[in-house]
Amino acid sequence: MFFNFMDELRAAGITASLKEHLVLLEALDKEVIQRSPEEFYFLSRATFVKDEGLLDRFDQVFSKVFKGIETSYGMQEEEIPLDWLKAVAEKYLTEEEMAEVKKLGSWDEIMETLKERLAEQEKRHEGGSKWIGTGGTSPYGNSGYNPEGVRIGGEGGQKKAVKVWDKREFQNLDHTKQLGTRNIKVALRRLRRFAREGSADELDIDSTINGTAKKGWLDIHMRPERHNAVKLLLFLDVGGSMDPFVKICEELFSAANSEFKNLEFFYFHNCVYEGVWKDNRRRFSERTNTWDILHKYGHDYKLIFVGDASMSPYEITHPGGSVEHFNEEAGVTWLHRMTNTYPATAWLNPVPEKQWGYSQSVKIVKELMNDRMYPLTLEGLGDAMKELTRKHG
Amino acid sequence: MRFDGTKDYVATDDLKVAVNAAVTLRRPLLVKGEPGTGKTVLAYEIAKAMGTPLIEWNVKSTTKAHQGLYEYDAVARLRDGQLGDERVHDISNYIRKGKLWEAFTSPDLPVLLIDEIDKADIEFPNDLLQELDRMEFHVYETKETIKAAERPIVIITSNNEKELPDAFLRRCFFHYIKFPDRETMQEIINVHFPDIQGILVKKAMDIFYDVRDVPGLKKKPSTSELLDWLKLLLAEDMPLDVLQSKDPSKAIPPLHGALLKNEQDVMLFERLAFMAKREAR
Repeated sequence: MFFNFMDELRAAGITASLKEHLVLLEALDKEVIQRSPEEFYFLSRATFVKDEGLLDRFDQVFSKVFKGIETSYGMQEEEIPLDWLKAVAEKYLTEEEMAEVKKLGSWDEIMETLKERLAEQEKRHEGGSKWIGTGGTSPYGNSGYNPEGVRIGGEGGQKKAVKVWDKREFQNLDHTKQLGTRNIKVALRRLRRFAREGSADELDIDSTINGTAKKGWLDIHMRPERHNAVKLLLFLDVGGSMDPFVKICEELFSAANSEFKNLEFFYFHNCVYEGVWKDNRRRFSERTNTWDILHKYGHDYKLIFVGDASMSPYEITHPGGSVEHFNEEAGVTWLHRMTNTYPATAWLNPVPEKQWGYSQSVKIVKELMNDRMYPLTLEGLGDAMKELTRKHG
Repeated sequence: MRFDGTKDYVATDDLKVAVNAAVTLRRPLLVKGEPGTGKTVLAYEIAKAMGTPLIEWNVKSTTKAHQGLYEYDAVARLRDGQLGDERVHDISNYIRKGKLWEAFTSPDLPVLLIDEIDKADIEFPNDLLQELDRMEFHVYETKETIKAAERPIVIITSNNEKELPDAFLRRCFFHYIKFPDRETMQEIINVHFPDIQGILVKKAMDIFYDVRDVPGLKKKPSTSELLDWLKLLLAEDMPLDVLQSKDPSKAIPPLHGALLKNEQDVMLFERLAFMAKREAR
């Protein structure tokens, strides 16, 4: 019963499991509802949807499955706004793909082609419209990112995109799937290093029992509460090529912020030089001298860079190479200073690992970090945490 | 047992279905929604409607999962050992029952409210998976297993401060209390203030929804705030024309303290009023 429904839900990105399906059947069996379509809708919604952000998507699936109305999960192909296409292309195309697309002609022409292709695709594949949009009327709505939507631009001249759609069924099982805050927090937990510091305000039951047994009278022992004592310095690249990664960086940042008490963060642009800042609105007026940071925070701090490391190689290797100001010392000097001060260091790169080879600067930075560059995926984050907790020196 | 709302609580149809599913199948119901839309009150009202006791477990950031099961009071036992109390020989004298234990062994089928589960540590829901699924747990000190004779009705509320693990979500029914539309709001007000003047309510609701529509508010006022505000308006015997005044320079509604809960929001309104005044000149 309703297997089709479940399949459609899963296709739309609502993770309906067998467990929930059985619950639904059980509820029907026990006559929780009076067999009316509305009540069935409410019941299945309460059973399958566990996140209010997916409710809208659920509604669309429901109306498609039970009323026989084809939906395109939010939008018609002829209504694709140009800005959106542009944003998608910018967000998901690699540099080479961009170059390939650009060969086709002007941006507007490309967009026209793209639109046509999308329309064709629509006709050829039943329900093929799924991959265009995401949940909701806004393509960047709550439900946001749809893995199948990723490679739209890949069609700019190639057939390979079609295969990409067809083979992405197991996307969700993939280890490299996008991080959510919960996943990030769980990964960051590896960095927990518990220590007892501060005032003794917790009863130490074991020593109390021991002491009492030994002395023959009630011998209370107190100890400080256990808490996470790991110290973290976070350097975040902002602006320019980092813009497409803002969301994931925000997620990482909010997860880190709630997980670590001793967290200090600073921003930089492209590469670290003599000054970094804490507030992006006042980045030019309120800078922190990088020397001060090196002197202020002890060697036991762990250092994490988050950045795409994509820039002109000169920005790293030469004095005066910075795009924003004249830096007297090269980025490489500063990176050396920092990694020398903090033995536990890792660089998290939101750019997919496969594309690292295309960029000269990524290679340089990776070398400077002694290969300690990790992709900003669940797996990469786990590896980075492992590296950071390793015994250093 | 069916839940159809109570005379003090207006339940929408979808909420009723969700509650009834949870009650019939005895699976936890997870309720989310804007603060002040009646998540916690729902548990009270279900208990009231079913005529069952309510057991409330308020979760805090320091709450540990095992505290809901039981705690072993070692210090009391040591003290009793010191004083030579006879009770010391039976360890079960020092087991303090938690809320879950209470709910499992309650003589009448209870409603168990786990309030604001997202306040606790990120692993908290995972630690309760088995207990909520099988409705049983083991007490190591006394080597006994506490099992619920009848599965209690469990209502869990969350404010979305932390995401909940998938495995936990799979075991729950879910309901998102969306902000009530005008009709539902009217019903809710009728329930709370049966003899209020219709025109006052209409004006107040106009203002209320206008306030909610102001962009940039830090905390939008919700149902509970509207009810408080109406209560205040009634208590102050606010004349109707104050609410009716179309003077844009009075952008701040009277007795706004009930609606706007932080100073930035109040300042936002003051600025709007100031701008409106300037335009009027």
